[in-house]
Amino acid sequence: MRVTVIDYKAGNLTSVLKALRHLGAETIVTDGDLALVESAERIVLPGVGHFAATERLDATGLTGAIRAAIARGVPFLGICVGMQWLYTGSSEAPEQPGLGHFPEKCAHFAESTEKVPHVGWNSLEVKKGSRLLAGVEAGEYVYFTHSYRGPVTSDTAAITHYIEPFAAAVERDNVMGVQFHPEKSGATGLKILRNFLSWEAKGTE
Amino acid sequence: MITKRIIACLDVHGGRVVKGVQFVDLVDAGDPATQAARHAREGADEIVLLDITATHEGRQTLLDTVRRTARELFVPFCVGGGIRTADDAAQVFEAGADKVSVNSAALKNPALIDAIGRSFGAQAVVVAIDARRDPKAADPVRDAEVFVQGGRKPTGRRVVEWAREAEQRGAGEILLTSMDSDGMRTGFDCELTAAVSESVGIPVIASGGAGMVEHFVDVFGRGKADAALAASIFHFGVSSARSLKEELAKAGVSVRLPC
Repeated sequence: MRVTVIDYKAGNLTSVLKALRHLGAETIVTDGDLALVESAERIVLPGVGHFAATERLDATGLTGAIRAAIARGVPFLGICVGMQWLYTGSSEAPEQPGLGHFPEKCAHFAESTEKVPHVGWNSLEVKKGSRLLAGVEAGEYVYFTHSYRGPVTSDTAAITHYIEPFAAAVERDNVMGVQFHPEKSGATGLKILRNFLSWEAKGTE
Repeated sequence: MITKRIIACLDVHGGRVVKGVQFVDLVDAGDPATQAARHAREGADEIVLLDITATHEGRQTLLDTVRRTARELFVPFCVGGGIRTADDAAQVFEAGADKVSVNSAALKNPALIDAIGRSFGAQAVVVAIDARRDPKAADPVRDAEVFVQGGRKPTGRRVVEWAREAEQRGAGEILLTSMDSDGMRTGFDCELTAAVSESVGIPVIASGGAGMVEHFVDVFGRGKADAALAASIFHFGVSSARSLKEELAKAGVSVRLPC
């Protein structure tokens, strides 16, 4: 089981790589070798930090290569900023477009007396039929740390409540994203990563 | 619903976990990797490893310890002690930490907070503040002073004002240690914690003084803490994070359970 992990110099890859390897995956890291994306079996786009860092994906040509891989049906998982990038953009860096796979935009949490960033363990309301979150029961917690969030839409795979309901996970066919950090979410997080690693296109086996 | 975090703290010295009272009289409390794994297994929401005697020679030992501790740890992992530059932070992240905590070096050079935040994101920067009430001040709590060098050296800076500056510079969390309470097991300094928590918009982790379950109930309520650090309460088999959280849940505190 081979996973291509995209390095766009936004934060730290170590934890994601460690969790994928723990689950038996062979990890290949690329910061711009498009051939590694063209031959990818699965792609993970991690990312902590600022949305503006995704500019590097455009500059290196990775955006186009990822778009083509997604069109070929390669399973794709975006984590945190990597999930936000799947939308058309984020108010964190209005000039920087996202991939636009999902037509909405990400935005800062609404004004509130609650602390922002949203840091800590929160629960998920999983939508029936989510393949990424299969086996995640009500009352299981995952670890979040973020100030921007995606809206709840028909592509939302799980909702979390903090200040307002937001998309904790998004999923449409082979394209998946999680706002939380599965690599830091204990047994629940590892279960979700395992679901991603065993994701097969329906009807092609 | 967001839960209150119970963070297990490992003070390490020369590659071993130690515990002292008010930063002196250190007692050996085991291997960091073994202790971290045990805490995660027993329900801790996060692990903090503080290198309390970080010296130049000790850096390599610390990085080895971080690497070994991080290897099988799938909960958030924060490392502090001796991080003076963004390069120091980068090495600690590379070794497997998710966050770094900066203290003295950030006071000396506040731009360090901005620099680490720019490269690794605000969520990766925890500003640790060692605070002591000022009994001579008109308001001993609001005028509490920041100390450095393990609580030995006063800085002349006010805790609340420094916490605000840290936030403005892009810190993701504040780790507030009451030097008056540390290791005493007499309870957190709830007044001080609340004063800081109400002054900033980022999460505040309370530290220093945990001895019994009621202390945590208190600091999450009256102290308005978002998370609490526990060290001595766990070390000698007093309690596990899980049993602590079960008691907190009974007292109406929202915690991650089962865990």
